[in-house]
Amino acid sequence: MTTAISVSGLRKAFGRTQALDGLDLTVTTGEVHGFLGPNGAGKSTTIRVLLGLLRADGGRAELLGGDPWRDATELHRRLAYVPGDVTLWPTLSGGEVIDLLGRLRGGLDPKRRKDLLERFDLDPTKKGRTYSKGNRQKVALVAALASDVELLILDEPTSGLDPLMEEVFRDCIARERQDGRTVLLSSHVLAEVEALCDRVSIIRSGRTVESGTLAELRHLTRTSITAELGSPLSGVDTMTGVHDYSAQGNKVQFEVDTAELDAVLRKLTEFGVRSLVSQPPTLEQLFLRHYEVEA
Amino acid sequence: MNTLVGTGSLVRLVLRRERIQLPVWILAITGIVAATAASFAQLYPTVQSRVEFAASIANNPSVLALSGPAQGLDTVGGMTEWKYGAVACVLVGLMAVFTTVRHTRADEETGRHELLGAGVVGRHAKLTATLIVVFGAGVVYALLIGLALAGQGLPAAGSFAMGLGIGGSVWFFSAVTAVAVQVSSSSRAANGIGGVVIGAAYLLRAAGDSAASDGPRWLSWLSPIGWSQQMRPFADERWWVPALYVAISVVLLGVAYGLVGRRDIGAGMLPERAGRATASPALLGTLGLAWRLQRGILIGWAVGLAVMGGALGGISKSLNSILDSSPQLAEALQHIGGQQSLVDSFMAAILDIIGLAVSVYAIQAALRLRSEETTMRAEPVLAGSVARIRWAASHLLFALLGTAFLLAVAGTVTGLAVGLSQGDVGAQLPRLLGAAMVQVPAVWVLAGIATALFGLLPKLVSLAWAALVVFLLIELLGPLFQLKQWALDISPFTHLPKLPGGEFTATPLVWLVAITIALTAAGLVGFRRRDVG
Ligand SMILES: Nc1ncnc2c1ncn2[C@@H]1O[C@H](COP(=O)(O)OP(=O)(O)OP(=O)(O)O)[C@@H](O)[C@H]1O
Ligand SMILES: [Mg+2]
Repeated sequence: MTTAISVSGLRKAFGRTQALDGLDLTVTTGEVHGFLGPNGAGKSTTIRVLLGLLRADGGRAELLGGDPWRDATELHRRLAYVPGDVTLWPTLSGGEVIDLLGRLRGGLDPKRRKDLLERFDLDPTKKGRTYSKGNRQKVALVAALASDVELLILDEPTSGLDPLMEEVFRDCIARERQDGRTVLLSSHVLAEVEALCDRVSIIRSGRTVESGTLAELRHLTRTSITAELGSPLSGVDTMTGVHDYSAQGNKVQFEVDTAELDAVLRKLTEFGVRSLVSQPPTLEQLFLRHYEVEA
Repeated sequence: MNTLVGTGSLVRLVLRRERIQLPVWILAITGIVAATAASFAQLYPTVQSRVEFAASIANNPSVLALSGPAQGLDTVGGMTEWKYGAVACVLVGLMAVFTTVRHTRADEETGRHELLGAGVVGRHAKLTATLIVVFGAGVVYALLIGLALAGQGLPAAGSFAMGLGIGGSVWFFSAVTAVAVQVSSSSRAANGIGGVVIGAAYLLRAAGDSAASDGPRWLSWLSPIGWSQQMRPFADERWWVPALYVAISVVLLGVAYGLVGRRDIGAGMLPERAGRATASPALLGTLGLAWRLQRGILIGWAVGLAVMGGALGGISKSLNSILDSSPQLAEALQHIGGQQSLVDSFMAAILDIIGLAVSVYAIQAALRLRSEETTMRAEPVLAGSVARIRWAASHLLFALLGTAFLLAVAGTVTGLAVGLSQGDVGAQLPRLLGAAMVQVPAVWVLAGIATALFGLLPKLVSLAWAALVVFLLIELLGPLFQLKQWALDISPFTHLPKLPGGEFTATPLVWLVAITIALTAAGLVGFRRRDVG
């Protein structure tokens, strides 16, 4: 298993703002990696460093086996980038921009280009200044997805797309993964992350706070349990990993660390389970826990 | 009236955003007018000395074309108006155009307008607020210039008449721009229209002022800059002339407000045509992209300079006809320096001004790099397999070769026009083309300054414009202020051989090219090392 992106201890300051403060990120070749964090966390800054647009103050960054700053020109042949805020040249048509960006990267596949234009329902003859936000985003997406590259770096690529187009986008990314391409996807859309990403990294204030597969992350959170038992429950409230325990006659309600779930359920069955509702943690809960500033 | 809701708070917003620029413009131009008057008072303290000065220029059409009609030259005030009135009108015109566009069209493009438009703000409020501030600046100009001159003991009537001419020009050019922003498709185009109108106003009065008494002197009356001079400050003022500014401004504003309701925010009046579905092979890489982005401005400049060159041919003809119709005058002039040298010195001065004008293009073309960067359009390009130097070089190629091309156009058309009107194209074309081309290295220095700032101090790129203004003032006013040679030497234009007519020396040109190379290299190296964005 090779790594497409490997970043450790990355630091970058803008004047007095410390945008990146020892950030770590590892993206394995062939995976779709979700890159999450609250506004201003440093996602776009990390991506710009990886693209060689910004020079890091410290730390190490490696991209496709090269140095993103020194080898920028060669590396850019092998990757495609979609910025979060796409601005187009007012007098160039969307089709011209797609071709131009493709050529600057070393060419694109005309068949794929045609197919993507159709699927995204994009009129390539309109001039840059007349596109809506979502359509500008589609121009950049088509330019990136139509090229034959190893790595896609996408910075909030769906922030302007309608739900129908969002669906098309997911479809395209799924196909990219099948073809063995690596994707770094920065996003605020949790459903999108859940549907697409093999692994995610969550950052806050320029530092990585969590990284792993969604299953692993879920593992670190709590499942809530509501149960009705044959006889009053005892001994569970003191078990490790059980929180917010409340009991009313034969009915109990509590939360349990997902890692301790097995042991707690075994205990419950000793009292005769009549009904059981278990709620896995939602992704929202998962992220909110990481996004919220620790008091 | 609900289309004007919110105007008051928008006026405050415009004033806040202009709190530095506007006062600097006003104080700088007022200060220069006041200093010009003071230095004339010192240089020509007696009526006798001023009459002698007036006699030396009264019949020199080339000098009249550059400055203005010879009137009231026996007074210090009249000399000030003559020397600086037209130049001041051009400068305040630029201020009026830039400021009006910045708060209307440019805001629409950045989306700032929508942010405001969605609040409780009427449809006409933004334009009205902008015009209130810019027209107000015109009033301030009129008063301050009047006070600054009257304060030096010059006649109050003339002082305020000169102030009114300059303030009236602010109104006129702001009103023209109010229309331009409605019909043009971008702020760049609106600025361009404003610039063309200013240039045309200056040329019309140059043609009218230098015309023979039976020639087309009425041309001056077609120009708002001409009006400021036809108001005759310090020379028996015509107080009805300012009414022209008011009348034409009212008409133009009527047109502008009529158009506001007819177009959508962000769109021009002209409908958008569909573009190509695929890129042509010409749009192959960074150079093709730079050509697409720069060609409009380059072609516009080339057309403008060609028109100007043609107009100069006409002036040179009237120059000759004056000398033909008045043998005594011709004899007197030949006594001073020969007929050829009179026309030559006129042409040399004009080409110098063309060189300064083309510098505007050179800076504009080089700073395209910065505007591509700040609008984030550079990002997707540089995220492609494009070396930074290659991207920068594609645009700089237009700044440098475009400059040479434009001066070649100006020299060729001027040479043809003068040659045809004098019947010796074979002699005039190469002379004037050569005289235009010696400007190239001086203009390049400005492109170099812009590039160096872009690479090393990207937040301060507008200092390139400041450098141009300094060089312009040194060129136009240096001799008047009797600046020391080292101060004159700051401007690259000082070092150029005075062609046609003067002696050609290559050494200063080589130096200017060397300086350009050094500045450009410093800028490129700086850009390669710094953050983009
Ligand atoms: N060019 C810059 N100059 C100064 N500060 C900057 C610059 N670019 C980013 N920053 C700051 O760096 C921090 C990180 O910004 P960044 O754009 O990387 O956040 P982000 O995670 O992409 O946020 P979002 O989710 O809003 O896109 C912010 O505090 C931002 O204000
Ligand atoms: Mg971002």
